[in-house]
Amino acid sequence: MKKLNRNQVKNASTYILVTAAFLILQVLSTQGKLNSTTKGFLVPACAYIVLAVSLNLLVGICGELSLGHAGFMGIGAFTGIVVTSLLAEAVPNGVLRLVMGMVAGGVLAGVVGFLIGIPVLRLRGDYLAIVTLAFGEIMKNVFGNLYLGVDENGLHATIKSEGLTLAEGGKMIISGPRGATGITKLSTFAVGFVLILLTLFVVQNLINSKEGRAIKAVRDNRIAAESVGINVTAFRMKAFVVSAFLAGMAGALYAMNYGSITASKFNFNTSINILVFVVLGGMGNILGSIISATVLYILPEAMRGLQDYRMILYAVVLILVMLFTWSPKMKDIISVVTDKVRGVFRKNEKEAASHE
Amino acid sequence: MNEYSKKILKVPTVTFVREQDQGKQPVLDVRNLGIDFGGLTAVDGFNITIGPTEISGLIGPNGAGKTTIFNLLTGVYQPTRGSVLVNGIDIKGMPVHKVNKLGIARTFQNIRLFTDMSVLDNVKVGMHNDIKCSFFESVLHLPGYYKAEKRANQKAMELLDFMGLAEFADTKAGSLPYGVQRRLEIVRALATNPSVILLDEPAAGMNPSETTELMHQIRRIRDTFHVAIFLIEHDMNLVMNVCEAIAVVNYGRIIAKGTPDEIRTNPAVIEAYLGKEEGDANAEG
Repeated sequence: MKKLNRNQVKNASTYILVTAAFLILQVLSTQGKLNSTTKGFLVPACAYIVLAVSLNLLVGICGELSLGHAGFMGIGAFTGIVVTSLLAEAVPNGVLRLVMGMVAGGVLAGVVGFLIGIPVLRLRGDYLAIVTLAFGEIMKNVFGNLYLGVDENGLHATIKSEGLTLAEGGKMIISGPRGATGITKLSTFAVGFVLILLTLFVVQNLINSKEGRAIKAVRDNRIAAESVGINVTAFRMKAFVVSAFLAGMAGALYAMNYGSITASKFNFNTSINILVFVVLGGMGNILGSIISATVLYILPEAMRGLQDYRMILYAVVLILVMLFTWSPKMKDIISVVTDKVRGVFRKNEKEAASHE
Repeated sequence: MNEYSKKILKVPTVTFVREQDQGKQPVLDVRNLGIDFGGLTAVDGFNITIGPTEISGLIGPNGAGKTTIFNLLTGVYQPTRGSVLVNGIDIKGMPVHKVNKLGIARTFQNIRLFTDMSVLDNVKVGMHNDIKCSFFESVLHLPGYYKAEKRANQKAMELLDFMGLAEFADTKAGSLPYGVQRRLEIVRALATNPSVILLDEPAAGMNPSETTELMHQIRRIRDTFHVAIFLIEHDMNLVMNVCEAIAVVNYGRIIAKGTPDEIRTNPAVIEAYLGKEEGDANAEG
């Protein structure tokens, strides 16, 4: 058998873990062991995992701090809603329609990412963070003032405050500050799971290829990367667009899980939350992003019973986790444990080799 | 191209052009290069021609403008005056990565490795433009990806082996000893398939035995890969032993050019390094 290297083992274990979690939850849910609140968490959790992994590509792998990820999520969400409601009659199959909506959302987010990237990626570090933050806010405000409806004369859109007057029989899809209402809930846990797998596939394959090496090289040392013939701007752009594309798909998945959604959902807070998932999960650590997105999304939701105190507790948990994972002692303990685990694997390998 | 090479080769009919390089187009042809930073003229009137398999050196006191010259040659700075031709092509206005594609690779005075990546990956980053594998092949891991990766791994290991670094292939580049990091930078530069390599103080921080080893390696690189090498170095032992031609700069201008023996006895060079004789110094002060 071909020997797998460490990266391949790591990648495979991520897929296995995600699949196992999906199967367990799916079995529990079909047996009726999950209450409706828990079931309600599943799809948003999937969306947040995808968002965290895609932002990790940008922040952890490419080393660019972006504070506007919710903006891309919003583009995906509203595009997805529009596309699915326009296709409601043409494509009766719900899952297919959802997928089309997600792809459209992803593509549009990617295109916007590309256009935004042209001026924005001239900047670095703090400046890039501020500009992406502004981008997120602009997107939120655009969607918050957008009136979009369809009637017999076709699609109408305006950002004027008086809104739209549609011909009789017309249907409003997005109505300004009230957001999109009357969304058909198409998202399912299974589609969310497939989207996670797709994201993992794209991101992990990218990391372990020529493209990914170039992106990491740009992060580690921009000047050296240029000097070996890497077009730095092009690779930052690639990371930016792929990240935006995945965030757009996740946004569509997220939106289609609710009956109605407003633009204020895609605000600065959401961007920061996603960034927190990435930072706590470990920069550049894909599995870490998945775990931290799941835990940190479920945690405040699960603490709803504590009412006003839950955000305080959430903050305390964040601080403790930070202190815990960053203390040198803890790092030592972790490295000892991983070495031991690795040692066991090596031993097995050697035994297997000696048996051959 | 032939017409072109005839035009250039009028310049350096100097004694130190290697026999095998005579009549060939130089890999690097620099004419009247100069750069001003604001009111300060950092480099001026810099001329040099480097043959396809020449090892030449650039020396001079601290702050003479040596690294600035390297930055001009690689497109990091745009010159105020003059031109740089790499394999006969003017690099004017080109971004750094395009200049590298013309065949000029470099190392850095303060080592610039991709510290969080493995040694093997560092070399593979160097081979970036050599790996023929499209974006979609990479993202989807199509057969083309595996083929390209296999070839890249093989070639990268060969290069590492050549410099005696194969044992470190899986080590993180940032955790290597200093001397090994310097050699890895050279391997990474070699991986870009250059026709000329610029080494910026390759022996800095190396002990004498490492330096001796480096001298052999520099010659071996030239002989194996048929590349020109242009190096900045303060270690005179290395420069005098390994270089076939030396240019000396001071205050951004060339003050002497010649073979090591000519340079060693050149009064202008001695003055630049050691100062004028006492009488003159008093007269100035």
